[in-house]
Amino acid sequence: MLGEGIVKGLIETARNFVGSYVDKDRLVTVQYPEERNPLPEAARNFPFLLYDGDDPEAGLRCVSCHICEKECPPRCIHIEKSTDKKPDFVGKQQFYPKVFNIDVSVCMSCQICVEVCPFDAIRMDKEFELSTDDRFGGLLWTKKELAKPNEYYQKIHPMEAAETDARRAEELKQTQAKAAAAAAAAAAKAAEAAKAAEAAKAGNGAAGKEPSA
Amino acid sequence: MTVSFVLLALLTLSAAVAAMSMPRLIHCALALAVAFTGLGGIFLNLGAEFVGLAQLLVYVGAVAILIVFAILLTRGSEVSMRPGARSAISGTVIALAVFAVLAHAVLTSGVSRMATTAVTPSNRVQEIGVTLLQQYVLPLEVIALLLTAALIGAVILAWREKSPAAQEGAETR
Amino acid sequence: MNGYFAMATGLAERVDQIFVTFDHWAVTNTPEPLRWLVSILLIVVPILAVFPGLFALTTVLERKGLGRIQNRYGPNRVGPYGLLQPIADAVKSLTKEDVVPRTADGVVHYLAPLVIVSTAFLAYAVLPVGRNMIAVHLDAGLLFFFAIGSATELAVFMAGWSSRNKYSLLGAMRAIAQMISYEVPLILSSIAVIMIAGTLSPEKIVLEQAQYTGIFPHWYVFTPWGFAGFLLFMTAAAAETNRSPFDLPEGESEIIAGYFVEYSGFKFALFFLAEYLEIFAVSGLGITLFLGGWSAPLSFLAVIPSWIWFFAKLLVMIGVFIWVRGTMPRLRMDQLMNFAWKFMLPMALIDMVCAGVWRFLPGGALWVVLRWLICAAIIVVPYVALARGLEQGRKIEQRVYRYAEEG
Ligand code: SF4
Ligand code: SF4
Repeated sequence: MLGEGIVKGLIETARNFVGSYVDKDRLVTVQYPEERNPLPEAARNFPFLLYDGDDPEAGLRCVSCHICEKECPPRCIHIEKSTDKKPDFVGKQQFYPKVFNIDVSVCMSCQICVEVCPFDAIRMDKEFELSTDDRFGGLLWTKKELAKPNEYYQKIHPMEAAETDARRAEELKQTQAKAAAAAAAAAAKAAEAAKAAEAAKAGNGAAGKEPSA
Repeated sequence: MTVSFVLLALLTLSAAVAAMSMPRLIHCALALAVAFTGLGGIFLNLGAEFVGLAQLLVYVGAVAILIVFAILLTRGSEVSMRPGARSAISGTVIALAVFAVLAHAVLTSGVSRMATTAVTPSNRVQEIGVTLLQQYVLPLEVIALLLTAALIGAVILAWREKSPAAQEGAETR
Repeated sequence: MNGYFAMATGLAERVDQIFVTFDHWAVTNTPEPLRWLVSILLIVVPILAVFPGLFALTTVLERKGLGRIQNRYGPNRVGPYGLLQPIADAVKSLTKEDVVPRTADGVVHYLAPLVIVSTAFLAYAVLPVGRNMIAVHLDAGLLFFFAIGSATELAVFMAGWSSRNKYSLLGAMRAIAQMISYEVPLILSSIAVIMIAGTLSPEKIVLEQAQYTGIFPHWYVFTPWGFAGFLLFMTAAAAETNRSPFDLPEGESEIIAGYFVEYSGFKFALFFLAEYLEIFAVSGLGITLFLGGWSAPLSFLAVIPSWIWFFAKLLVMIGVFIWVRGTMPRLRMDQLMNFAWKFMLPMALIDMVCAGVWRFLPGGALWVVLRWLICAAIIVVPYVALARGLEQGRKIEQRVYRYAEEG
């Protein structure tokens, strides 16, 4: 019968209309700036630079190897290498970036820079409210804005951070062990040399000379 | 000759001239619609509400639209042409002849001899209705029949003759 | 007691006529040479102020209503409850760049929105929005309304053709085909009212209906032919104004807004405005013809001013339009035409017959019921038959997908 379906439909929409006022569960909208859904752990938007410790300059992990700059598909990373060096977390002398800029308006959130970085120096942030009314300067993020502490990383991506930290701790341990072993070996060698010198001294007695190091 | 009449007459005439002389057919049709509107305005200006509004409804609302549609459907809107001189003479002759007939009819009818002071009947629309359906009911019916015949004729013309294959297609659809 | 009552009715009368009295006062208190100007301004300015204001209100109401129907909030950011949204929209559309396609026909492209808005405004000239409140006292007011309404088709065509865009041309073609088809039932369904009221003047039609038996009014919608006529009229009106579910000419999903796709900024806003103005105008006419215009629904409610009643009814109609828009999907072109010519037109004709029968059956005591039954039968039987014909023996069933569900 013509009209039956129309009436049925009208009743249905009327029920929705009234229901949306009495039954709050119907309204699934999240009123964004005030309410927000928690982001999933794997959420990512824009890269940032990690540093250890308290000083973003001294602790910056990036060694200015330019890998990410070359791999970034839209080429939005710009790096200038330093001329001097500073020690990294294992104490090795490394270069560091004098300038490290990423253009927010160009970055496409692909995470490739993160994947290629051999030094765990760059990671993706969850922050997505990056809009600004300064179209050029405001969207070009420098080292200062990009650098964030490792604690922050542990907070936003706990699982990933745990994995990275474990790996880095292991690396540190190994280096230290190696250093210790090297030190021990050196010490042993020194001891041996000393012993040999002793023996030599005892042997020719009259020489009485210290072995030169 | 009041100011409003002069304005309306000027509008109607210039629109009519434009309708004949514009290079694009669609513009001509639109100018024609303006001319129709001006004509309706003249009727209204004379106090003939019903006729004026009927003029608007029928000519602007239906005839002009029909013309426009016909032009659109026949790709006439694409070509732009100067009005041809070929048909100018015959056109003028026909127009003059029609005008002569109409003028003759008007001049010999009772209208020209009637008093020129307007009579304002209290309920004009109703009177028109009553006159149409009582005094002139036969012509009205004849016209109605004619229009119906024309309508049916148009339908028959537009009727697509179904080939056996098409019929089959229609059935299996 | 009686004195109080008289005073109350006197006061109500005063409030009812407040605008009329003011108008009169303003005109008589201006010097003679300026009178014509003042009297014209006093008619034009309120129309130019009130109905666009209503338009602004409707845009936000519509979005909120549709939102609620779809279990959303709708606009709620600008101002309290999002009520200032129209202002934001206005600023936006006024400051946008006005883009005219390079191949467009400049003059016609420019004129189309002006024509459509001015014709939309003209229609209000013959709408009685309250007792003694009508802009132009035309004896053939209804005819004026329809004549003006038919000019919008030309404007739509101008817009669609001059844009030189295939979508806008398609939209214009659809619009014209649809408007012509639905103008017929629109006018025919109002003829029933004209037959009963015996006049083409909207004022007199309302006066006819503003009488009461006991406390009940003589609205035409409370008769079988009036009810059917009202439904037919409003359906045709929805189609005439390109309102959903008859919004094929605009079909956003298929021809991206149809005939005004090439309009931007303020011109687009004008089209939008014109569309809503037409909806209000035609709803106002429906109210005038069938819902008793400005008259109160119950006799003792007449103390409330007549213009409030008119606008209350208008708001209800707008609400229904929004409701219907939120409910029904768009028709297909062939369905649209079938519906117009195979259902609406015959029903409108039958409605006229029914009105004639109603008019000539005696209204005596016994006849009241009998007349009702006869007229109702005249409407219902063809309705059922025509509805069957429209379905053409098709049954609407769950759709079976032959290939999609196998995988
Ligand atoms: S996320 Fe992709 S686009 Fe963005 S900086 Fe890294 S590599 Fe470049
Ligand atoms: S962020 Fe990583 S890949 Fe990029 S320059 Fe620094 S160390 Fe190299």
